[in-house]
Amino acid sequence: MNGLPLKAGFIPLVDAAPLIAAQEIGFAEEEGLALELVRAPSWSTLRDMLVLGQIEAAHMLSPVPVAAALGLGGISARLDAISVMSVNGNVVGVSQSLAQRMRDRGYRFDFADAHAAGRALIAAVDGRLRIGVPFPFSMHAELLYYWLGTLGLPAPQSLDVRTVPPQLMAEAMAAGEVDAFCVGEPWGSIAVENGVGTLLLPGASIWNFAPEKVLAVRHDWTRDRPDLTHRLIRALWRAGRWLNQPGNRELIADVLARQEYLNVSSEILERALTGRFLIAPQGHPRQRDGFVVFHKGAAGFPWRSQAAWIGERLAERTGLDRSAAITAAKTVFRTDLYRDALAGQLVDLPGASEKLEGAIQEPTEVASASGTLILRPDAFFDGRVFDPSALRR
Amino acid sequence: MADTLSIVVVEKDRDRALLIVDSLRASGDHEIFVISEEAGLARRISERNPDIVLVDITSPSRDMLEELTIASGPTERPVAMFVDRSDQRLTKAAIEAGVSAYVVDGLQPDRIKPIIDAAIARFHMFQQMRAELEQTKRALQERKVIDRAKGILMKAQGIDEDAAYALLRKTAMAQGRKIFDVAEALVTTAGLLS
Repeated sequence: MNGLPLKAGFIPLVDAAPLIAAQEIGFAEEEGLALELVRAPSWSTLRDMLVLGQIEAAHMLSPVPVAAALGLGGISARLDAISVMSVNGNVVGVSQSLAQRMRDRGYRFDFADAHAAGRALIAAVDGRLRIGVPFPFSMHAELLYYWLGTLGLPAPQSLDVRTVPPQLMAEAMAAGEVDAFCVGEPWGSIAVENGVGTLLLPGASIWNFAPEKVLAVRHDWTRDRPDLTHRLIRALWRAGRWLNQPGNRELIADVLARQEYLNVSSEILERALTGRFLIAPQGHPRQRDGFVVFHKGAAGFPWRSQAAWIGERLAERTGLDRSAAITAAKTVFRTDLYRDALAGQLVDLPGASEKLEGAIQEPTEVASASGTLILRPDAFFDGRVFDPSALRR
Repeated sequence: MADTLSIVVVEKDRDRALLIVDSLRASGDHEIFVISEEAGLARRISERNPDIVLVDITSPSRDMLEELTIASGPTERPVAMFVDRSDQRLTKAAIEAGVSAYVVDGLQPDRIKPIIDAAIARFHMFQQMRAELEQTKRALQERKVIDRAKGILMKAQGIDEDAAYALLRKTAMAQGRKIFDVAEALVTTAGLLS
């Protein structure tokens, strides 16, 4: 292998695709990097490997570096998000018995409307709703608290969000430990394949442009190795662009399916990558465009306002000062490094580094270097808008 | 704080769990409790309210423990990973050996160290055993392939076993390859031709 060796960790999920494509399709090599991809057994272990210097970069849940900056979680260290690796890509599912109760009440699983799905779910639950998420600091958890909290199911009184590793999610549902889950693909589709769950909503129905995974590195490393940081950002950007081209999603499904990566059949992986789902063990196909986004609408751009949203939600949930949390969170998403890395690369980047999260209803042209950048809708299901600069207390 | 420490070991494999408990016993008089089930792991641990939790880092259920780092009520003690307040080198050694430790906030580093050291030593041994097992498996696998290659040669050339092996070895030496590689190529090719 040619290039500077660099160890990067990942969790076996569909949204690790940009990192795997960067190495397998040759974008890392174009940047003079030789990635050694390390599959990690859990999010906490992946984070610790990064913090302790066993790897240089990691596929990471977007709230993890923000939580670390707020002093939450088992280990404290400064981590930076140098790119958004993927936007959206989670799926909410319910157990077969809960799905049946929802159907009995006339709910048709449309895999689209978060209002209708949430109301049907709340009506069908008796007692406290137990939902599995892969990690306490995850977009999965944040989307659930936001969605069900808004519809009148407050945590912790009525909502019990539990940590269940993705690969054990279907098992936990079969054992009756959780009534529902929010998980990254392919694990939702695997619950469907195993006959234990029915898919209710894609995460995008709750927030249309949620930063799901980031590429995380140690803060010190970005300072000591600016050149490597830039190369890594560019390799990932190229991989994202490649994944956006027609036909390549099917190609990468075959690569991801390999034993050293996900070790799951490419037919199941293609569902998330192409948006063509089977939502129930009995079949029921549903199409969802933009289920997981790697490139479109400047998907890789680490908006400071996205970090601010995460910081505010974490602060609210854990009783920290919200304004301080927002300020700390914004420093984690390295918009500055992203711009530096892609300067002069014929890449169109937004002129601003923050936006009103949730304000874009239709594809919208925004100010950018060449003036042709179109941002994708980023609305929340309830139409609320988050202004990252409005909070002053 | 009481003299004895309460330790929870999360381990599915009963034999491994016993070995870990033995090594911890040797490091002091502790109250040790093994949890072998993944279901409701966080709840089971918080019921025990331990000073230290030890878990295999290759276990995906380690993420369930992360919940314990967030105190969910005023009466609960948050469990923090000891890297925060103790020796980073020790944490690194532990993770390299394949064990991760969660330690309750405020516990003295000198009380933690002997326990972590014992756990590290034990997990090192597990790693070694795993490596040896893999090596044995690989050797067995190689032997099988070489035996099949010998069989193919014996049949095709009408030679005996020793001559077949000598032929494999000669070819390997001439090509600067391992005998196993030559044998594997032969078996694959024969598979295509048959």
